[in-house]
Amino acid sequence: MIKKTLLLTFLACTINLFAQENVPKNDGVKTISSNYTAITNAKIHVSPTQIIENGTLVIKDGKIVSVGSNITIPKNAVVTDLTGKSVYPSFIDIYSTFGVEKPKRQTVSRGPQYDAGREGYYWNDHIRAEQNAIDLFKYDDKEAKKLLEAGFGVVNTHINDGIIRGTGTLIALNSKGSNANRILKEQSGQYLGTGKSVTSRQSYPTSIMGSFALLRQVNMDAKWYASGAAKETDRTLEAFNRNKNQVQIIEAGSKMNALRLDKIGDQFNTQYVFVGGGDEYEYVNDIKATNGTFIIPIDFPAAYDMENPFLASSVALADLREWNQKPYNPKILADNNVNFALSTYKLKEAKMFMPNLLKAIESGLSKEKALAALTTIPAQILGKSDELGTLKTGAYANFLVTSGDLFEKKTTIYQNWVAGVKNELKPIDPLDMRGNYTFNLGNTDYELSIKGELKKLKTEVKANDKKLGAKISLSDDWMRLTFSTIDTTKQEFIRLVANIKNTNAFNGKAIFPNGNETTFFATKKVDAKKTDDKKVDKDKKDDTKKVEKFFPVTYPNMAYGFKTLPKQKTLLFKNVTVWTNEKDGILENTDVLIKAGKISKIGQNLSAANAQVIDGKGKHLTAGIIDEHAHIATSSVNESGHNSTAEVTQEDVIDPEDIGIYRNLAGGVTSIQILHGSANPIGGRSAIIKMKWGESANNLIYKNAPKFIKFALGENVKQSNWGDNNKVRFPQTRMGVEQVYTDYFQRAKEYDTKKKSGKPYRQDVEMEVIAEILNKERFISCHSYVQSEINMLMKVAEKFDFNINTFTHILEGYKVADKMKAHGVGGSTFSDWWAYKYEVNDAIPFNAAIMHNAGVTVAINSDDGEMSRRLNQEAAKSVKYGGVSEEDAWKFVTLNPAKLLHIDNRVGSIKIGKDADVVLWSDHPMSIYAKAEKTIIEGVTYFDINRDIQLRASIKKEKNELTTLMLQAKNKGLKTKPIEKKVKADFHCDSEF
Amino acid sequence: MFSEMKKNIIRMKKLKYKLLAFALLLSSISIAQQTPGSKQKEAISIEGATAHLGNGEVIENSLIMFNEGKITFVGSANTKIARQGKIMQVQGKHIYPGFIAPNSTLGLVEVDAVRASNDVDEVGTMNPHIRSLIAYNTESKVVESMRPNGVLMGQITPRGGRISGTSSVVQFDAWNWEDAAIKVDDGIHLNWPNPFSRGRWWLGEPAMLKENKNYKKQVEELTAYFTDSKAYQASAKSPKHLPFEALQGVIDGSKKLYVHVNGERGITDAINFTKANNIKHLVVVGAYEAHKVSGLLKQNNIPVLLQRVHSKPKNDDDDYDLPFKLANKLVKAGVLVGLENAGDMERMNARNLPFLAGTCAAYGLDKEQALSLITLNTAKILGIDDTVGSLEVGKDATLFISEGDALDMRTNKLSKAYIQGRDISLESHQTELYKRYSKKYKK
Repeated sequence: MIKKTLLLTFLACTINLFAQENVPKNDGVKTISSNYTAITNAKIHVSPTQIIENGTLVIKDGKIVSVGSNITIPKNAVVTDLTGKSVYPSFIDIYSTFGVEKPKRQTVSRGPQYDAGREGYYWNDHIRAEQNAIDLFKYDDKEAKKLLEAGFGVVNTHINDGIIRGTGTLIALNSKGSNANRILKEQSGQYLGTGKSVTSRQSYPTSIMGSFALLRQVNMDAKWYASGAAKETDRTLEAFNRNKNQVQIIEAGSKMNALRLDKIGDQFNTQYVFVGGGDEYEYVNDIKATNGTFIIPIDFPAAYDMENPFLASSVALADLREWNQKPYNPKILADNNVNFALSTYKLKEAKMFMPNLLKAIESGLSKEKALAALTTIPAQILGKSDELGTLKTGAYANFLVTSGDLFEKKTTIYQNWVAGVKNELKPIDPLDMRGNYTFNLGNTDYELSIKGELKKLKTEVKANDKKLGAKISLSDDWMRLTFSTIDTTKQEFIRLVANIKNTNAFNGKAIFPNGNETTFFATKKVDAKKTDDKKVDKDKKDDTKKVEKFFPVTYPNMAYGFKTLPKQKTLLFKNVTVWTNEKDGILENTDVLIKAGKISKIGQNLSAANAQVIDGKGKHLTAGIIDEHAHIATSSVNESGHNSTAEVTQEDVIDPEDIGIYRNLAGGVTSIQILHGSANPIGGRSAIIKMKWGESANNLIYKNAPKFIKFALGENVKQSNWGDNNKVRFPQTRMGVEQVYTDYFQRAKEYDTKKKSGKPYRQDVEMEVIAEILNKERFISCHSYVQSEINMLMKVAEKFDFNINTFTHILEGYKVADKMKAHGVGGSTFSDWWAYKYEVNDAIPFNAAIMHNAGVTVAINSDDGEMSRRLNQEAAKSVKYGGVSEEDAWKFVTLNPAKLLHIDNRVGSIKIGKDADVVLWSDHPMSIYAKAEKTIIEGVTYFDINRDIQLRASIKKEKNELTTLMLQAKNKGLKTKPIEKKVKADFHCDSEF
Repeated sequence: MFSEMKKNIIRMKKLKYKLLAFALLLSSISIAQQTPGSKQKEAISIEGATAHLGNGEVIENSLIMFNEGKITFVGSANTKIARQGKIMQVQGKHIYPGFIAPNSTLGLVEVDAVRASNDVDEVGTMNPHIRSLIAYNTESKVVESMRPNGVLMGQITPRGGRISGTSSVVQFDAWNWEDAAIKVDDGIHLNWPNPFSRGRWWLGEPAMLKENKNYKKQVEELTAYFTDSKAYQASAKSPKHLPFEALQGVIDGSKKLYVHVNGERGITDAINFTKANNIKHLVVVGAYEAHKVSGLLKQNNIPVLLQRVHSKPKNDDDDYDLPFKLANKLVKAGVLVGLENAGDMERMNARNLPFLAGTCAAYGLDKEQALSLITLNTAKILGIDDTVGSLEVGKDATLFISEGDALDMRTNKLSKAYIQGRDISLESHQTELYKRYSKKYKK
């Protein structure tokens, strides 16, 4: 019954405060308040840049009526004097899932699902533009309380699920109101991400590459749909088009994805707002260049618990550094004028927000920027600058009342006002009764001492030096004290009740065991302040603790990264054995001059001004190794959700922070083709890159790179080794593979004809890419093993009037070398792999030699991050197996892959005018005893065996310093986390994502 | 229930057909394996080659003689001694003892992706009684492809579980496993618990390596197992306990215990474990971090079969060439080291064993020391150095002649090879295909 009454009171209050004018009232008369609320004498932070000392703030109907220092307060105002207190606009959490239940994961069942689970919507379940967070929204009082305590007044919430997630909604944390006055903007923006919806098991996309491609295709389909040309209803695309004019907030989750997604945005004239990963400082210039606003998490990592040396040794330098560097992310972004908001995103609890924010400020973030990142910038993102984020006239009265500077550790937030309604978090002047008192009752002197926390007081009563059992309670300003009588054997109690107006002296009523009552008077002893003073001292010490050293960012920001990127130099190699790969063959005792990134001169007795001279005596200089088939430096290899995925591209997912790049340099590799995997007959597009360690993804890619795509044949594409559940995707046989190709080429041909006719057509990336093949603008590198299918693909290509460019792996190439020669296709093979699948039973190490002898352009590739760095040795196996000449064998890993990749006009040999991509070897380059001593790309020395030794020393030093700091952190009692070792996947052709 | 059973029966029937079809397929395409060589009938004298003995020594212009399968003379060609039997003049060439591939699964799997051809990993955790030898397929096409590169012997080792089973050492020229055996049931293989475990990503945990909370428990389980086994050895042994019977050799010192372990902590714990259990012959296999405890290994005379040299460093921060120079670090510290090659595609890759040793020479060892890593050192570690591993009088005539340095792929070209004196074929399924198709294009 009490509960019900309380509920009624609560409802009554609500109605009273937020009565809507059109709501009928049946429980009394309409009471509409026209009073003002005024706050006076406070230090008011109107905005991050405008502060009014001794200001007044006047509020009516939830909004600010006026703010300033010389304000006339209306007569019908309820005034609160806040002398000595500060007022700030409250925070906006721009990226939250507040009140929106997490969608439920589909239960796992056997077998993949290729089709969509919905009807009347987009063909892909992970595109959910038609969702509106408001439909799922349910105000969460408990969570709201936590956010209010953390200083937030408004949250922007959304459904965190899928690639396109529909609209979010903007909510005032008006716990005393109703949804009628909480919803500030029903649709606050469209939300996007890179991960799939948990509500569907539809396979596509299986990779982040696929997510990117899908995002592009949706944009194109939406345009087509908007033109009215689509024949069927698609509620997703309709919603997507509706949502287009709203702000587009995309969860990138990392600097790398933000940069990748920005490219997609640019393609469709969309400037995304990026939800970041906290690692933006690592590529801050590129981040700045996106021109995007960022929403930054501040879930700074805890130190690792480094006490166990066996485990500690496996933590990477990059992960140690992260602990030191991440708190500086907001400062670095601010210094570089990147517009950003902060959010509770990724924090486990809202109460973790302030300590992390203080850490960011301790690390150099200005308080002004911090406040802007929580107020004006989120308001600006949401297009609500007039109403949110400041305390200007007309804005919502959303503000915090604090004891002082909001961004100081010792500061208390007393009140969090939302829409003019006060939420008291902590009393401004709490009644503090702690201390020692004396009072007299019936000729006995008593000593009363009150200790403990404010909320949980402890007490002790003494009389005649005898301790008496006692209990105290304080509710509002009424104290109740019960203690036993001096004769404790009687188990009788004396009760005191007093209304406390003054904690230095108070009086009240005492009730004796016999029911007699008397008054008492208690006075405080004056010595009780000492403990408080001590505490203040301690606080001071904390505040002045020295700021930790910032460990500089390297490029990339990990072991072996450069402090500053190495520069192009003029280099002169003297008296070296030069493997030209040209008519001149191998030249002994020769000089080579490298200038402006190119091979400038080859000859005897060369000299050049300002050149760095390198003695090449006894050493060999070759063109850099080129790996036609690699899967390093990528975040994802296969999009296996469809049997054709021409729409995906490796250029979307280059990972410039793969240590594999550095290791490849140490093996003399200068260029690679990152190929899509072999999960489907038509795979994705390639990225052809140089091993420019330290550069960003975009700078690794060849300028005007020839266009390539991966195809695949055999066991992988027919899913022979994918387990029993994978028997439904077409094709399951080699027979079906042929039909997939014929089908796609035919459709692309028809598509291209329609496109060229000038008639309207639905733009389809997959078809565009396949049409490029038909138009001889894009080359195929096809994963292949068995002769029957190799022959088949050549015949299909001939039927469509183009040639296959390269068969990669091509382990039975030797069986059809004559046909390959006639077709004009090259072969890029393994030196000696076989026996791992049924289809490689007849793979032989003499394959390269036979194809070479038959006139086919032959390369040796790796498909493996380990072998890629030893391709010189793999080339040597062609000398062993089949007796290929050393000069020709060397071309298998340099000039020939350059030819196959159509980059032989730039690289692949030491020829005047070509890119200076060269390697200095300690020995004959195909000898097992040879080491790459310098690996140079375009005149820049990216690997140097001596510098490597220095780097090892500095890595060791830095790791030890960071380890010590982490151990100190633990000793100081800071939170640590158990050791984890991050593991990057080793990619091969058949890696499943 | 009924329908479930019915489905299973149908499934089994389908499987039978598939197996049958597969068997037919295999038999129709397989080419006959190389016929094992016949017993040495006359003595052979090889003169003029640079002989790399395997024990660190080199003899330029050497004379090697062998008869009835055993080496009868090793010395300089300048030695005044009567040449026995057939004389081969091989000036400028090189002669080596046959290479040994330890911790290998050769002959236990033919094609990785074909389940029917896979006999390497038995069900169960504690399987000391599982014996590799009887599943070793002497007619494996993969095994015969070892010989043209000089890899003539291997330790055939089961995989999986905590105790995988019992290995045996074989030579690669035999009609059947009995003939192939050099040393039957030479040791037991134990996979040491990993101090790290990977996050269960399918439950939404990050796929990172974290401290294995069960590590201590897993080590205790092993200790309990060995304690139990020792108690059994002292008992009347009735009823018989097959796994404990198999462990007897490890406990009485007649068999080696191969502990597969990589980390510093694991290696240390494994050493303490064997000491505590009075196990006499411990061999550490894998041993990526053994260089950090080389003093302890040396002090306890514990040899190492070092992991595949041609592999990537395990940590981003490691020296790029760390796997290449591990052997050097251990050898310099006085540890007895052999090279093994377990890992991805290990069987077909085992023929590259000589080049693993070559790389060790490029990264610090001298070439003859590097050669020992795949000859005499391995023979010592496996306990077969009384008969193989070096070119020494009295040992098996298991050796080969190469055109050049056999540790370098450019020059590893075998012209002759002998196993126990038998002149073995250096042809294979692969050379036959090579010849067939080379001929096709010559026409």
